[in-house]
Formats: sequence, structure tokens, C-alpha cells
Amino acid sequence: MDEELERDEKVFLLGEEVAQYDGAYKVSRGLWKKYGDKRIIDTPISEMGFAGIAVGAAMAGLRPICEFMTFNFSMQAIDQVINSAAKTYYMSGGCQSVPIVFRGPNGASAGVAAQHSQCFAAWYGHCPGLKVVSPWNSEDAKGLIKSAIRDNNPVVVLENELMYGVPFEFPEAAQSKDFLIPIGKAKIERQGTHVTVVAHSRPVGHCLEAAAVLSKEGIECEVINMRTIRPMDIETIEASVIKTNHLVTVEGGWPQFGIGAEICARIMEGPAFNYLDAPAVRVTGADVPMPYAKILEDNSIPQVKDIIFAIKKTLNI
Amino acid sequence: MRKMLAAVSRVLSGAAQKPASRVLVASRNFANDATFEIKKCDLHRLEEGPPVTTVLTREDGLKYYRMMQTVRRMELKADQLYKQKIIRGFCHLCDGQEACCVGLEAGINPTDHLITAYRAHGFTFTRGLSVREILTELTGRRGGCAKGKGGSMHMYAKNFYGGNGIVGAQVPLGAGIALACKYNGKDEVCLTLYGDGAANQGQIFEAYNMAALWKLPCIFICENNRYGMGTSVERAAASTDYYKRGDFIPGLRVDGMDVLCVREATRFAAAYCRSGKGPILMELQTYRYHGHSMSDPGVSYRTREEIQEVRSKSDPIMLLKDRMVNSNLASVEELKEIDVEVRKEIEDAAQFATADPEPPLEELGHHIYCSEPPFEVRGANQWIKFKSVS
Repeated sequence: MDEELERDEKVFLLGEEVAQYDGAYKVSRGLWKKYGDKRIIDTPISEMGFAGIAVGAAMAGLRPICEFMTFNFSMQAIDQVINSAAKTYYMSGGCQSVPIVFRGPNGASAGVAAQHSQCFAAWYGHCPGLKVVSPWNSEDAKGLIKSAIRDNNPVVVLENELMYGVPFEFPEAAQSKDFLIPIGKAKIERQGTHVTVVAHSRPVGHCLEAAAVLSKEGIECEVINMRTIRPMDIETIEASVIKTNHLVTVEGGWPQFGIGAEICARIMEGPAFNYLDAPAVRVTGADVPMPYAKILEDNSIPQVKDIIFAIKKTLNI
Repeated sequence: MRKMLAAVSRVLSGAAQKPASRVLVASRNFANDATFEIKKCDLHRLEEGPPVTTVLTREDGLKYYRMMQTVRRMELKADQLYKQKIIRGFCHLCDGQEACCVGLEAGINPTDHLITAYRAHGFTFTRGLSVREILTELTGRRGGCAKGKGGSMHMYAKNFYGGNGIVGAQVPLGAGIALACKYNGKDEVCLTLYGDGAANQGQIFEAYNMAALWKLPCIFICENNRYGMGTSVERAAASTDYYKRGDFIPGLRVDGMDVLCVREATRFAAAYCRSGKGPILMELQTYRYHGHSMSDPGVSYRTREEIQEVRSKSDPIMLLKDRMVNSNLASVEELKEIDVEVRKEIEDAAQFATADPEPPLEELGHHIYCSEPPFEVRGANQWIKFKSVS
């Protein structure tokens, strides 16, 4: 964000606690000190109001980054995201663009219970006119937020609170001020031949862990990091399934009408269907509002063992 | 001399034919301007309000008259086209409220900004689009200002941000446009309109708070036409003093049927905002002749007598016309000529709007994203694909 704020004076950040508090999760640490009140704006607790203000500013030619402290609170503002931002370019016949970024942590955290743990990937991914990205590691986070800010369309960036503190190797190329990851392109994190495992956000890490365990048993998983929810890179998934003949999808969100459901539907419609040797399998969050007690919470999100189980099921092992 | 006087008196008595009266109009001495008294505005948290007299030039008067008449006739034509089923879906007409859109425009610059809700055809015109583009968008044809993709509630122009269908959502948007005005430092203001019904939306109060906190150059304008769809203001609002509802934001209540009153109030409000004092609120007391939309006859929650009374006593076009004629700013004939010209313009536009073809099916997928290389959009099944171009 710092690089993009420096590069383009139209970019600014607004949200709760983004300025003087340095960000609820310290994501915007140091920015207010560097850029001041004009470009880093603390808002009152008024999601619907400040999301609308951000969209209006974008319509008038600025490039706002609107932070939701978590995407759970974006539900209060979802009308502004969908009806005022996503649909406007289409409704206006191409007259009015909305170059805005909505970002913040999405999905389950630790012990924050039902109202603070929902995954919005499927809800936002449902809507034409929006772009939706979901970074997993540091490189993803940097490359995708920069692309999102430079994009002239409304982009939802679904971050993950539990990933904020996880360190990753940061390749040389990613250190450039112009390092961008294209929106709409998935990445194959690990090559494999026996099964395609597709995930987004934190579960990508769990899939890689599962793959490491299974490798010792001679099962080689191809792990795909979606990076973008919408527009979905189904071609990368299809090419992989054609190679491996098996598919497992993994997501943190609820199963019904979710990311995995969409992937399965599209696989059925495309060339990869004929290469499947078994039905695709989905690993998802449990179909319950997130419980509080640790044992219940742990069993409400996909764990490494659940992914391994699913992979073995589809491979009939 | 006697013959000339006789000729003059014949013409003045209205017995002359059109060409002669036109000649007479050209040589007749009209006043260049006239001063009028306008209603004093009720004030909230303001020591002084807009002036109670204003000067109207002949040129401005004719302009406002033509604009109001154009909006009036355009809306009535839309009514007609809707009943013929050439316009479909939602159609919210603003006849009766012409002094608002024309008066507001008269009080600001083209470089200022305006956003409103769905009763937007009048503003779309005053902000610069042609009647043709508007009617053709209403009929859903390719020549419409949104290429037929938006319809009645989604028309946009330069510095005009629609046309918004979700009640109240446009108010935070307007505060955001005002934020951009302040950010860019060009002394521009944003007029952010909403109705008496929308005035009870929570997000409006969120917008008031942030606009006041950050001193945004936002003029909040409540177009109070007394009814939110079928609910009268007394049945919807604990306080119907809409100009006070901004609480810490100063406000004024304006006679929204008088174009000059609206103009002066707008000039006052714009000057206030431009001076950096922050937002201000204007309540325009106005009236709509039509129901809420074309599917509402508009007589189940109010009496025909009430509508008729407003028409005969407070019609904005009539008020301006009487003022101009009585103070020799224009003649009755001259204004009638404008009526004829306006009617023709509307008729031509309606004919175009009816004859223009619908957008080509190939454009169904266009304008999903801005600045994007072409991609494919799924249709009703997996084999139907539409190309999407920005």
C-alpha cells in the first residue's frame, strides 16, 4: 500500500483505526505518520456510510482503499459494494467507472465465534462487476494488493488475520516496487501427478502440509493456489485435472453454494470431466455458525487430516 | 401615426397573426431585468439566510422557463410512452418539481457535482444530457445515454452521478464525491439529494456525521414532496423538520416551487460550502403531481383536491410565467412560442426514442469491467457465451 500511495497521489486509505492506531491488525502501520490526515483517514464506526463515501470518491476520480476491520462488518455495507460499486460500470453503459479496493481480513480467526468468523468469498465471488482476490502468502498479498489498487474496477481483497503474522520467503522479484500479480491467474504451488488439490487463502498452507505427508506414502499432490476467486482461473485447474484425473477442493467457507461447488460445476461443464476417474471431493468449513469452544472450532474448519482423508477417498486408497 | 397606433393596439389585443406578433416582439421593449421578493427561508443554526429579494434577468428568466417547460413536457411524454408500454419497468416522474432541478442548476457551476435518487430525469436534463438521450434510455434503445443498459434510474452525465435505485445509498456516495472535491482542492461542491422518505435512512446520518467531522463541501438536499411512496411525512418521521435533521449541520427550509427561491438558497449554500465551513442542509418543499411511480395512481393516499390546489396555486412554471409577464420581462406570446418549440423538441425526441433499435444482443456482456481486455461472459447455459468488451 505504501508503494502505491507513493506512486499515485489519488490513492488514499480509509477505515476504522487505520491511521493513528496504525491499523487494527497493524497492516497500515507507519502510513499515517508518512502520509498524514489527507491520505490516511480514520473513520467513525459507520461501515455503510464510509463504504458509500469511498465509492463516491472513486466515482469522482480518486482511488480509495476502503478497509473493513473484518469482512463480517462489510455485511452492513454490502449494498454499497454490490449495488453502488460492482454494478455501476455496466448500468451506466460504460460511462461511470469505480476504481476502488475493499480490503480486510476474511474468514475464521481463533476463538472469535460466529459473528466474527464468516468467509465471504462465495458471496462476493457471486457478483458480476466485482473482482475478488484471496492472497495466501506474502508474495500473494503484495502482488495482489498492488494489482487491485491499479485496477480500474472494484476489487475485493480477502485477507486472513491468522496469516498476517506468518513469515514467508520473499523472492527477489517480489521486492520490486512494480511487482504485480495478475488478477485472474492461479498459481501451481506444488507440481504433482496423482491428484489436483485446489484452495485459496490459508487452506493453501494446509494443502501443502497434507501434500508433504502424502508424498511420504508415494502420493504426489498438485497444489493450486487460486489467488483469484473472480474471475476464476478455471483453465489452470482443468489442465491439472486432465493430468491427474482427480480433484479435491479446499476452502474455509461453508459448503453450500461455495467456491468448491462452483469449481465442481465448471469442471463438469468443461473438457476435464472426461478425465476424472472419480467424483470431485470438497473439503469445507462445517455447515454451522462458528462455535467458540476450541475443540468445536477446530472441527469446524478444514484441518490437514480432513484434506488427507478426502484425497485418499477420491483416490480410493 | 394613427394607423401605426391602431396596428399596435390590434396586435397587443392579440388579434394579430403569428408573424406580425414576432415582429412586434422583436421591437417591443422588454425590461432587462426585474427584482422579485422571495420567501424567507426558515433557518437552523444559521444567523443569516439567503436574501429575500433577487434580480432576474430576462435572459435567465427565458432560460429557466424553457428548461422547466422542457422537463415538464418530457415527463408527460414519458407518462404517455409508459402507458403505451413503450417504456417499461420503473418510471418515477418529477412533474411539479421542476423548480428544484432548474433552480439548483442555476445556483451552481457546471463544474460542481450532483447526485440524486431515482426521480432523476429532470436532473439528467439540467446537468446536460439531451431529451433525446434521456427518452431513448427510457425506451431501452441503443441510442440511450447508458446504451439501454440502465433505464430510468441509471443515467449518468459529466459531474452527474445518477440516478440511484437504492433509497438513501446515494447520500454517502455524495459525501464521497464531496470528499474528492475537498481532496482535489478546486473549490467544487457536491449537491447530494434525497427525498422525505429517504431522510429516515440510517446511512444518511452516518454521512451527516462524517461530512461535518471532515468539513466536506457537501450540500445535503431533502426534496420533500410530502409523500414517501404512499406514506405521508407525518406517518414516517418523528420530526418532519427535515432541514433540522442534520442536527449539528446548519439547515434551511426553502420554497421548492419557486425557482428563484431555490436558486438563491443554492447560491447561499454553495458559498457556505466553498468557504470551507463544511456541509449544509437544504430542505426543498415541493410537490409531485404524479404518483410515486407509474404503477401508483397517486390518489389513494392524497386527495385529487390537494393535487389540484397545488397545480392552481403553486405550479412552478405558472409562477415564473406570471412573474415574467407581469413585470414585462416577457410576453405571453413569446412564452407560448417557447412552449411550441419545446413540444416539438420532445415530439422529435420521442419519435427517435420509439424508432431507435434495441441494443444488439452481442452487447449483453459488455461493460462488466473497465479497462479490461475482452473476455467471455456466460449466458443462460454453458454453451451460450457473450463477448465482454470494456
